[in-house]
Amino acid sequence: MTTTLEHPSYNFNVVRQFTVMTVIWGIFGTSLGVLIAAQLIWPALNFETPWLTYSRLRPLHTNVVIFAFGTSALFATSYYVVQRTCKSVLFGGKLVAFTFWGWQAVIVLAIITLPMGYTSSKEYAELEWPIDILIAVVWISYAIVFFGTLVKRKTSHIYVANWFFGGFILTVAVLHIGNSMVIPVSMFKSYSIYSGAIDAMMQWWYGHNAVGFLLTAGFLGMMYYFVPKQAERPVYSYRLSIVHFWALISLYIWAGPHHLHYTALPDWAQSVGMVMSIVLFLPSWGGMINGIMTLSGAWHKLRYDPILRFLIVSLSFYGMSTFEGPMMAIKSVNALSHYTDWTIGHVHSGALGWVAMVTIGAMYHLIPVLFNQGRMYSTRLINMHFWLHTSGIVLYIVAMWISGVMQGLMWRAVNTDGTLTYSFVESLVASKPFYFMRFVGGVLVVAGFLLMAYNMYKTIYAKDNSLKPIEIS
Amino acid sequence: MITIDYGTLRGLVALLILALFIVIVVWSYSKKRKSAFDEAANSIFEEDTETETELKHSEKNNKQETNNNV
Repeated sequence: MTTTLEHPSYNFNVVRQFTVMTVIWGIFGTSLGVLIAAQLIWPALNFETPWLTYSRLRPLHTNVVIFAFGTSALFATSYYVVQRTCKSVLFGGKLVAFTFWGWQAVIVLAIITLPMGYTSSKEYAELEWPIDILIAVVWISYAIVFFGTLVKRKTSHIYVANWFFGGFILTVAVLHIGNSMVIPVSMFKSYSIYSGAIDAMMQWWYGHNAVGFLLTAGFLGMMYYFVPKQAERPVYSYRLSIVHFWALISLYIWAGPHHLHYTALPDWAQSVGMVMSIVLFLPSWGGMINGIMTLSGAWHKLRYDPILRFLIVSLSFYGMSTFEGPMMAIKSVNALSHYTDWTIGHVHSGALGWVAMVTIGAMYHLIPVLFNQGRMYSTRLINMHFWLHTSGIVLYIVAMWISGVMQGLMWRAVNTDGTLTYSFVESLVASKPFYFMRFVGGVLVVAGFLLMAYNMYKTIYAKDNSLKPIEIS
Repeated sequence: MITIDYGTLRGLVALLILALFIVIVVWSYSKKRKSAFDEAANSIFEEDTETETELKHSEKNNKQETNNNV
């Protein structure tokens, strides 16, 4: 690996480590997704082995894409952005390296324990209590490094991206510690200290805010730095970004109950969750418009810059899923959509469309800067990656929309005498072709990630400054 | 001592938060803040002045490019 002699002051080493791991975990996490998608079509693919069953690999897939791929990307970009915008080196000395190795250890432990069947059975918080403690320690160290850097900054203003990163770090600490309160009964088994409907509410207060703060606020921080940087013009409205921040963080925290419509949760709490989810549409779209309009007057750049295309299309997917989400939170719509593939489609339009695309765009911007190059090894490969990824997502979402709405309609259909029109197996048979379509979409996404890894490898190992930026006249 | 009903207290807190939000909007859209925010929005481009020649080079090109197209 090369060293950056130009910045003896900035700690880019940790940024490089997290950047490389982001791409590696991206391949691993999406490949796991393809495997479990294939298992739904060809069940024999679990090879009659307990640790290869869908039930154990599905939580591993979600943990790897959210906490290994997504969170490594957030570590990389937040450490990079906070140093550059504050003109200060990272605070914390050895703590910085600890956040990298500690976080990778968490992921390795997840890869070992989840297939073995150790789980707290809380969605997106499956890891058992010893690993939860390690997560908390690493996360608090992350907060010390990040906020410590903000405190010793050499600039007077704190750039808006850092507000979003800071909000994300602080809230995830509170969410993780709050939801992970358990009584251990053995080394690998524990029980939640909350009971019944309260436990369910805690879980979805955590679960939805993992979406709202980790997968939204954190990546909005990324957006507010890398979109203006790649477009080479300041954000459309800095004032809107401030209103966006406060509106988003004060509303998201209330939306969790929409995961518990028509359950034992009190009706009033369900209604609060529904109303707050609908209001949330406003800051979400305010932020999306702010990002996309940054390109106003420079739309032509989309024609030849596939990195910018990744970033801007990610915002389009963000707008789409933050319109779909509030709609699905309406109780009468939820009665049709909940527990069907529509939810899976919605999650992936957010995860593959928004989170992955903004990350990929930011990584393509970052890799040449970190490894002393003027550009990525191949712009054509970036372009190919863009089209593979985009067509993969479209196949995936369309398949899940059709399958989900069909499931919802079949499950609720009743005959005149009140009996169910369709058995569950009949709906499963009807979904099968769409599961294949989803599988093909997933394969395209993984293929795109492999191109990215090759492109990254060639960029890192090219001679310093041998890749010159392309002149556009 | 005045005792406030729990429902009334919640209503007051909601009003307080609404007022706070209006204050944030008025503050961020006030004319007085405009130049400071413009400066902040552009601050991410200043950071490069002390970095690699390669980056400076690309920035110079980009400036020309922007001018051509505005």
